[in-house]
Amino acid sequence: MAELQSKLQSAIADRIFLIWVAVIAATLVVTAIQPSAAWLIDYPKAWQIPLADVVNIGADWFIDSFKFIFRFLADVLEYPMRALQWVLHALPWAATLALFSAVAYFSSGWRLAAFTAAALFYMALTGYWNESMNTLALVGISVPGAIALGFALGVSGHASPRWRRTLMPILDLMQTVPAFAYLIPILLLFGFGPVVGMIASLIFATPAMVRNVLLGLDTIPETIVEAGRMCGASARQLFWRVKVPSAMHQFLIGVNQTTMAGLSMVIIAAIIGGFDDIGWEVLSQMRKARFGESLMSGLVIAFLAMVMDRISYGFADRSTGVSASHVPWWMQRRYWIGLIAVPAVFIALSFAFEWLASYPKDWIWDPAAWLNQLIKDFTRDYRGLTTSIKNNTLFFFMLPLKIGLQQTISPFSWGFEFTPVLKALYWALLAAVSAYAFVRRNWPIAVCFAIVGIVLFFGLTGLPWPTFIVAVGLIAWIAGGRNLAIFAVLSLLFVLTMGLWKPAMLSLYLVSVAILLCLVIGGTLGILAANNQWASWIIRPINDTLQTMPQFVFLIPILMVFQVGDFTALLAIIAYAIVPITRYTEHGIRQVSHDVVEAGRMMGCTKLQLLFQVQLPMAVPQILLGLNQTVLYGIGMLVIAALVGTTGLGQRIYIALSDADAGRGIVAGLAMALVAMIIDRILQGFSEQRKAALGLS
Amino acid sequence: MSETQPLLKCRHLWKVYGPDAEKSVPAANGQVDDTEALIAQMRDDDQIVAVGDVSFDVQRGETFVIMGLSGSGKSTVIRCLSRLTEPTAGEVLLDGEDLLTVTPSQLIDIRRHKMGMVFQNFGLLPHMTVLENVAFPLTLQKQPLQAAHERALQMVELVGLKGREEAFPRELSGGQQQRVGIARSLAVDPELWFLDEPFSALDPLIRRQMQDEFMRLQEQLHKTIVFITHDFLEALRVGDRVAIMKEGRFIQVGTPSEIVLKPASDYVRDFVQDVPRIRVVKASDVMLPVGKVDDDCHHVLPDTPLEELLVPLAASAKPVAVRNEGGDVVGLVDSTSIVAGLASLQDDGNG
Ligand SMILES: Nc1ncnc2c1ncn2[C@@H]1O[C@H](COP(=O)(O)OP(=O)(O)OP(=O)(O)O)[C@@H](O)[C@H]1O
Ligand SMILES: [Mg+2]
Repeated sequence: MAELQSKLQSAIADRIFLIWVAVIAATLVVTAIQPSAAWLIDYPKAWQIPLADVVNIGADWFIDSFKFIFRFLADVLEYPMRALQWVLHALPWAATLALFSAVAYFSSGWRLAAFTAAALFYMALTGYWNESMNTLALVGISVPGAIALGFALGVSGHASPRWRRTLMPILDLMQTVPAFAYLIPILLLFGFGPVVGMIASLIFATPAMVRNVLLGLDTIPETIVEAGRMCGASARQLFWRVKVPSAMHQFLIGVNQTTMAGLSMVIIAAIIGGFDDIGWEVLSQMRKARFGESLMSGLVIAFLAMVMDRISYGFADRSTGVSASHVPWWMQRRYWIGLIAVPAVFIALSFAFEWLASYPKDWIWDPAAWLNQLIKDFTRDYRGLTTSIKNNTLFFFMLPLKIGLQQTISPFSWGFEFTPVLKALYWALLAAVSAYAFVRRNWPIAVCFAIVGIVLFFGLTGLPWPTFIVAVGLIAWIAGGRNLAIFAVLSLLFVLTMGLWKPAMLSLYLVSVAILLCLVIGGTLGILAANNQWASWIIRPINDTLQTMPQFVFLIPILMVFQVGDFTALLAIIAYAIVPITRYTEHGIRQVSHDVVEAGRMMGCTKLQLLFQVQLPMAVPQILLGLNQTVLYGIGMLVIAALVGTTGLGQRIYIALSDADAGRGIVAGLAMALVAMIIDRILQGFSEQRKAALGLS
Repeated sequence: MSETQPLLKCRHLWKVYGPDAEKSVPAANGQVDDTEALIAQMRDDDQIVAVGDVSFDVQRGETFVIMGLSGSGKSTVIRCLSRLTEPTAGEVLLDGEDLLTVTPSQLIDIRRHKMGMVFQNFGLLPHMTVLENVAFPLTLQKQPLQAAHERALQMVELVGLKGREEAFPRELSGGQQQRVGIARSLAVDPELWFLDEPFSALDPLIRRQMQDEFMRLQEQLHKTIVFITHDFLEALRVGDRVAIMKEGRFIQVGTPSEIVLKPASDYVRDFVQDVPRIRVVKASDVMLPVGKVDDDCHHVLPDTPLEELLVPLAASAKPVAVRNEGGDVVGLVDSTSIVAGLASLQDDGNG
């Protein structure tokens, strides 16, 4: 009894506890008097700030005055792209294939060359060769452009700290605001057409390069630069002969990321600049619900992505330069000779053999119809199973979070009515559990239980916004102090006053469900991989593949089986966002110091005890970082998920895009970025705290 | 310039970090009335006085060692001399030319031809082989590749790395990497050679080996050297003169035995306490005035450490004669004088 009293006293003495109690009480009161105070849950339309319209007015003015510059730029950029396109179409397919394989060989050897050949052959075999070449022409200009631009920006940012201070927030914003949102102004400025897609891809891909260039230049050991200076290097020599080579590895990692980003924009770019390329193919087939075709063309993008990823990564890996220069010069020169000779041979041969010049139509293998039938049969035969998986997840997991148990439980879904008696029982149970947690453990756990219980009852969309904002502010305060709390509250107020509260909650619900599942599944996989070499061996390539695939591609197979809806979106988000949490968990556990693990063993820990009491707690900072990445990935997928009919911020952006409504698109994009940043900063704060507590920072 | 002039003169060198550091020293040449008061005042103003009014000369062919604890400002001194860091005030004269006023292009020229520097963390270029690293300063001057590689090869041989020219830095051990650093700094045949804790990153056994190597090189090359270390024994081994540094100031400058025998303050005394006297104290420090000398008795030079007298003294009952370079006997050492000499030093040390 005395203990309970002291617990109560210390809890009451804690300001934060009191605020939590107030927040919880306020939430309950508001929801109780809900019918008379609906504005506390649904922010009234009349109070919205018409920022989107203001932005539109400004944008209209800007576009009208400066459009000619951008149109001119688009025209100028069109030439190299057309030229490249022409070359790629003029080259015999066999020569192109050979050229890419030779580059792959140059980058990392026979295996990659074989894979590249197979991937390119797939494009010819399935009859997507021309579309593939158009895509290649697009990326072939946008990616080198992004690399050059990123390099220039990175170097200038490194040289001038002041310029860097303006550059960094822009980069941050560009990477958190969904690409769709800034597609709109691009569209308005540059007009429609393939060039616009290329420009979008270029802009989207540049930040990765800038960041890596900055990182590379920043992390050159100071002694190396000083040694260069003491050797008498002039400023130019210092840059080109000391700094650039020393940072080359990082630069090439930037090239790799830039390539992937540029490619991943291809489908998105197709939405605005659709022409006869793969992105357009995937998109239009998907819209026509021809899944076989969209899968086949989606695979082209996936293969293209993998090939480019492996090739650029191969170059990055070689740049660390151990083996390379043991090769005598003529061997190195031989590569270049090969790069020219191999395609040349094929070009020559193509004059003799027509089938080497353009892939014969008769040889095209098109399993799309067969695939469609297969899917049809599958969905028909297994409808029972798939719908039951889908419905169970929806009724027992997703909907409670979305609209709350109070609306979810019905004879149709759960098989019984949520009568007032049952509701009373629910609250009583929740109170009991929280009280128990308070007595047995401490007040934070009790508060957590209470919050989860309340959220589940009302759903994210049924919570009053004032208490929600205060609660998030409080969490931000605990995680990162006053500034973070202010940022979180102001951001949420922005979302609210823009009239985006409901969509934001809908997005939050979808992401939360996805992330919870990612955490459980990915965490388990990570633990498995950390403790078992075989599991690691299997999981790693799957992760790599998932990560290199353009986000769209995930949608297709899932869409085939589960049709349009939240559940499909959920699976697509999970497939994309599960990678980081799995990786970081494995990495986090693996890097727990051996001494600690050994000490645990010596004290007689069982394997499970070792995991839960030694490894996992020590790995928490890493896992939190992984979770953070997972959240960002998940939010990034939201806009794409909107394509399969989810509601939320993503949908708002998507609609704005089809209406070419710059204002609404930008505002919704900003709202999404702000939500992402809040979660990001909060998780980072907790990660730092954990690190400090473990003495790791 | 005349040969007897010191090659390097450092006058009233200051390096201050912190707010308004540039204006903190009133005179550009670093000369102030009351150094101690100024430093105290700066430190009250939350400025970091990394180097405060340091002056010294380095003669041609001399090895000048700066020794002090971590953070005492040693690196800052050497970095100011090479102008990797801009000094706040003072003068650095190399052959009479003030390094602090030369133009950037002149500075590059001086670094290309007159200076070499060895870094604690090697600072090798990771993407170049050993040979390319060593040839790097030469290629910067646009020397023909052939000639540069030949010269680099000589240097690689000089430091005993022949056969490893094609290796990359990451494939070498720490000691080997530092040999590459040394070879690179010597490639342009500099007059002035800076070494900033060159052996601190190595383990003790290798360090000892590298010191021997260094002394062998110096015997061959006769460079003018500024050598930095925080290891007192290393300072005594390699240095002709040693400066002890503390909180940005030189608190004593002298030959190793001067420092061991006549520590200028308690601070220095603490340092020298554990140094085996017998290695530092010279025959000339304890010798008795000349008495009767037998022709057949063992003789040594005045700067022979006492350690090396023990064996001859034990071998015969006769004293050891101390003869100068000219062959004249200047004193005698017997066992009593060694013991007495060491005992009196012990008293000094404790008093
Ligand atoms: N860029 C800088 N800004 C501020 N203070 C500095 C800077 N560089 C050095 N200092 C300070 O100057 C003092 C001397 O540093 P210095 O590097 O010369 O020490 P050191 O004797 O070489 O030590 P070590 O043996 O650790 O290398 C230190 O107190 C250091 O904190
Ligand atoms: Mg130092």
